[in-house]
Amino acid sequence: MYNLIGAGLIVIGAGIGLGQIGGKAMEGIARQPEASGKIQTAMIIIGALLEGLAFGALILAG
Amino acid sequence: MINPTIMRNALLLLLLISLINVNSLFAVAGGSEEGGQIDTKEEINEYIQHHLQDSHDFTFWTNGKTGTHIGFPLPVILWSDGLHVFSSSEFDHGHEVAESKDKYFALYHSKVYETNAEGEIKLDDEGHTVNAKPLDFSITKNVVGMLLTSLLMFIGFRSLAKGYGKTAIPKGVGRILEPLVVYVRDEIARPNIGPKYEKFIPYLLTVFFYIWILNLLGLTPLGFNVTGNIAVTVGLALITFFLTQFSGNKEYWKHIFWMPGVPIPMKIILMPIEVLGMFTKPFALLIRLFANITAGHVVVMSLIALIITMRSQFGIVASSSISFGLAFFITLIELLVAFLQAYIFTMLSALFIGMAVEEHH
Repeated sequence: MYNLIGAGLIVIGAGIGLGQIGGKAMEGIARQPEASGKIQTAMIIIGALLEGLAFGALILAG
Repeated sequence: MINPTIMRNALLLLLLISLINVNSLFAVAGGSEEGGQIDTKEEINEYIQHHLQDSHDFTFWTNGKTGTHIGFPLPVILWSDGLHVFSSSEFDHGHEVAESKDKYFALYHSKVYETNAEGEIKLDDEGHTVNAKPLDFSITKNVVGMLLTSLLMFIGFRSLAKGYGKTAIPKGVGRILEPLVVYVRDEIARPNIGPKYEKFIPYLLTVFFYIWILNLLGLTPLGFNVTGNIAVTVGLALITFFLTQFSGNKEYWKHIFWMPGVPIPMKIILMPIEVLGMFTKPFALLIRLFANITAGHVVVMSLIALIITMRSQFGIVASSSISFGLAFFITLIELLVAFLQAYIFTMLSALFIGMAVEEHH
């Protein structure tokens, strides 16, 4: 039961984090469309790092 | 205007993907491990759990009515006071006890245990098995998948390398491979590693294509789940870990054990954190790949299983159409994830290697 609540909290946290990353990246691309390639790469790396953390926590919770 | 060849190829690809979906649909609807028809949620769960595990035989599908398995057995190689080699057909999908050199072996949840002649599996109070486990070197389904991928890569890249002897433009499958090789070199290796990138290109290319092809094999109805097996991803992450540590220069070790430019109490605090960081980086790498692929397989199979769970409310036609639509959509996303995970694994490996070989600035 408690691990299910924990899993929910993890997903909420990861969702907020991914939203921040995606939103800021989009703002950056809108401001400087010529740098979109670099921003995308950095966005994917940060997203992957966050995802690794979230999955690690989810596996520990489940 | 759209090129007609591209249109034709896209159509063919779509047809192929829908074929894959229909096939895996039959595979699930076919039957459970015991050969019976799948009806309840528990049976669906068990089937998905069984798929996620490695197995000692290669089963394409099971006939739900007769209980016959269609597939082929694989060799079982065990070490337990001597070498035991026999075909996995002697297990008969876990129903029989195999005898080899006066020892008895039985399957329990897809793992081999030593048993008595009756094949008795003893459990302790917590439900763990107490039977002895032989060392298992079998050619399992996952090993077949890895050998197949290695063979495909060898044939593909051999023909690509050979082609360069005659002309500068590759032919056949090389036309698909060449842009990807250049992409890994120019977009992943060079910006992340720096001037010494050439030494690491072979490893990065190998790991990229290996993971990508294995991920794609997992989407075919053959039912491979190799990159969704934690032992495989641990192996891959260990190679990155050792490569990073062994190519690390003086600067790298100095930054770990005695961080320059900070006061001495801070150096002492930072040392254990940096040492821990050495291990958490590849750990995140292995967990990410494993969890992504496993989650993808579970989602696709659960959506296909909607046919069974929604049958009583909506009827077979409606539940099949809904399930097909959703599973088709998710399979397309999984195609993207298959590439993305290979890209991220290679990218982060390059990033870690780049940190280790970076010169003083």
